[in-house]
Amino acid sequence: MNKQSLFHIAKRGTLPWYISAAIRGCAILFALIVCALVTMFMTGENPISIYGTIFHGAFGTVRKTWVTFQNLAVLLGISLAVTPAFKMRFWNIGAEGQVLIGCLATAACMICLGDKLPNGLLILIMIVAAIAAGALWGFLPAFFKARWNTNETLFTLMMNYIATQLAAYYIIVWEVPKGAGKIGIINQNTNAGWLPQIAGKQYLLTILVVAVMTVLTYIYLKYSKHGYEIAVVGESQRTASYAGIKVERVIIRTMVLSGAMCGLMGLLLTAGTDHTLTTTIVGGRGFTAVMVSWMAKFNPIMMIFTSLLLVVLSRGASEISSVFGLNHSFADILTGIILFFIIGSEFFINYKVSLRKAGKKEA
Amino acid sequence: MGTACAVKMENITKKFGSIVANHNINLELHEGEILSLLGENGSGKTTLMNMLSGIYYPDEGQIYIHGKPVTIASPKDAFDNGIGMIHQHFKLVDVFTATENIVLGLEGKLNLADASKKVREICEKYGFDIDPNQKIYDMSVSQKQTVEIVKVLYRGADILILDEPTAVLTPQETDKLFQIMRNMKADGKSLIIITHKLHEVLEVSDRVAVLRKGEYIGDVMTKDADQQSLTDMMVGRSVSLNINRPDPVNVTPRVVVDGLTVYDELGVKRLSDVSFTINAGEVLGIAGVAGSGQRELLESIAGLYPIASGTITYYSPDSETGRNLVGMDPMDIRKNGIAMSFVPEDRLGMGLVGSMGMTGNMMLRSWRKGNSPFVNRKDPEALAKRIWDELEVVTPSTSFPVRRMSGGNVQKVLVGREIAQSPSVLMTAYAVRGLDINTSYTIYNLLTEQKMKGVAVVYVGEDLDVLLELCDRIVVLCGGQVSGVVDARKTDKRQVGVLMTRVEGGKAKNE
Repeated sequence: MNKQSLFHIAKRGTLPWYISAAIRGCAILFALIVCALVTMFMTGENPISIYGTIFHGAFGTVRKTWVTFQNLAVLLGISLAVTPAFKMRFWNIGAEGQVLIGCLATAACMICLGDKLPNGLLILIMIVAAIAAGALWGFLPAFFKARWNTNETLFTLMMNYIATQLAAYYIIVWEVPKGAGKIGIINQNTNAGWLPQIAGKQYLLTILVVAVMTVLTYIYLKYSKHGYEIAVVGESQRTASYAGIKVERVIIRTMVLSGAMCGLMGLLLTAGTDHTLTTTIVGGRGFTAVMVSWMAKFNPIMMIFTSLLLVVLSRGASEISSVFGLNHSFADILTGIILFFIIGSEFFINYKVSLRKAGKKEA
Repeated sequence: MGTACAVKMENITKKFGSIVANHNINLELHEGEILSLLGENGSGKTTLMNMLSGIYYPDEGQIYIHGKPVTIASPKDAFDNGIGMIHQHFKLVDVFTATENIVLGLEGKLNLADASKKVREICEKYGFDIDPNQKIYDMSVSQKQTVEIVKVLYRGADILILDEPTAVLTPQETDKLFQIMRNMKADGKSLIIITHKLHEVLEVSDRVAVLRKGEYIGDVMTKDADQQSLTDMMVGRSVSLNINRPDPVNVTPRVVVDGLTVYDELGVKRLSDVSFTINAGEVLGIAGVAGSGQRELLESIAGLYPIASGTITYYSPDSETGRNLVGMDPMDIRKNGIAMSFVPEDRLGMGLVGSMGMTGNMMLRSWRKGNSPFVNRKDPEALAKRIWDELEVVTPSTSFPVRRMSGGNVQKVLVGREIAQSPSVLMTAYAVRGLDINTSYTIYNLLTEQKMKGVAVVYVGEDLDVLLELCDRIVVLCGGQVSGVVDARKTDKRQVGVLMTRVEGGKAKNE
């Protein structure tokens, strides 16, 4: 008289690490298979050669490999920056603006002080300015959150637009040549304010800085008193006040840190590699960082792998579009499929789906 | 009583991951009887009942309702089979009236007038005392519970499951509930009641079924049972049921609360001119219907609640002069050398961090120690191991998230940590709520031990029998006011019950 449900879903206990690793591995395998099928049906290309092209696009030549690692470093750095805030359950989606304002501050120093100060002093001022600008962009939403419990998601999102508009305004102020609507390469002749190259490699500095940041962030979150406070505040603010943690102070301090790290990334972008300022210099990486951080469960070491995955996919995507004459969107489709499987696999790690035994009939 | 079975559960097994919550359980509920389901925490009572009400689905086994095999895959299936469950936590919409809540979610045309009439009929039939047109937010806890019961009756349930219905009621309200349960039984309904309180089991039920660690132990007719025999069955060995209460020695005032008034975020007065003294070397009980200001009172003393007016004066054991605690937060209190321990009502929401293990939770009290920017994990780890051993906490490791431990173990971790701070004041809110008899007695003994060490112990409780047996004095709260302070050795349940519901406060009566 009743319908027998076909399967039911129950929450799992903790899984041993190798089973959850196997589930994730299967997810990636399935993703690659589905991507292959989609590729064959939609384009008629051989999926193996598409994957080969992706790999080639990311690591095919020495230069490509350097670019991939530089992109990895930037994405990882921004992801590290948002992580302390996320660990505190402060939904900071303003990394885009925090990095951009760091770029703007850096560019401002380079343009306005470029000829007036010795290079060492200039770079020092740039570092301070970029970090301070990012920190300010982090401080404002945190202050309002701590004082009046405003919604940090909306607040940080809106701060992005302010940063973009400010950048747009100053790009017009500083445009070179007049009427171009863009800045171009700053101090191309003097290289004033350009961060030094290590061993003649343009991208090495950024990579090294981010490597150090990764280790420091890991230690900070895991072993420091601040890291402990962040974890408790994220879990329950009531528990935090019970334990004598000053919740408001922790929120503000953590967001200032988050913003400062974003500002530093802005410095590395503008003064380290790009040597220019555009409104799209961050290129959405402030949002991608959110995904990187989440997929790694806020573990800085894991974030190396999640950001690598995303960077390789996106680098490979450009390669596919040029080699096979496919639209760039096709690569986005593949990225979407892979992310779908990876994120979807979390469901199977947290829940168990069991089939009902068939053949149990009622009278 | 007939021999037919309203409910028959056959070989029911339910697993959560590797944990077996119910193993091969065979339970029968006869037509027209009141069955008590008894068991320690984590013995699987609620899991079993949730399978009957469609919240969980058994991994193995078969359920028969009135002799017919059925599949209960959802709460709707349960309703269709005439099964209604009254949960511990009410599921009512505050801004709706009783009738609106009762018809909520029913299919068919909405006719509130007819529904009201039908609700009224049900109320008259069984002796419920609610107004169908009253809003839920205007109701007392017991009235809300009544609405929940009427809701399942309205839907035609003839098998009712009540999950710890008396936990939130005063003795008078409990008596009323039991009378209603008897009326329902007389009308041919079959009832299952889950409760930890043995005297209630003996008072209201016909038969008692006992679960232990997910297994069905057996059943007895209530008339052949007594508290001791039931406890032994439940625990699996003989347990002493007396709370040891030595007479207090060296009683001196430790915390004096005077004229304390607080308001909540919405500006509602939560405590009004509350004055009393917490003595060192005593267990001070605080009694009151749920929500009478107990939480606000303890949080005010602990520095977690904004105080509008009044003073809280602390007298340390080695000095004569008092210190006003008003305006201090927990960190200020600790920095002033006051060892105040607090076991809050909301264990995982305030006292502990659910996602952390025992060690991480020990650190809540010690994380700030030392000048290093890094936390010290060694000492908390050692403390966690000690509590793990001494209080027999069941957990796979000191890093296992406490959220996933059972309620009793969570409480052991919390109480263990607070006692380990060598407090001079130890405040506990509902320290044994939801705990089984064994763990409860462990906690009572720990508190008494602290009292004999000269600690000022505060015990906010809901079970009057325990308050009367454990405490030396009892402060009774009613609607945020002190309605009386009584000597626990010279009073009885009736007197405290009356004070708990005496709305007209007047001036606090001191004895």
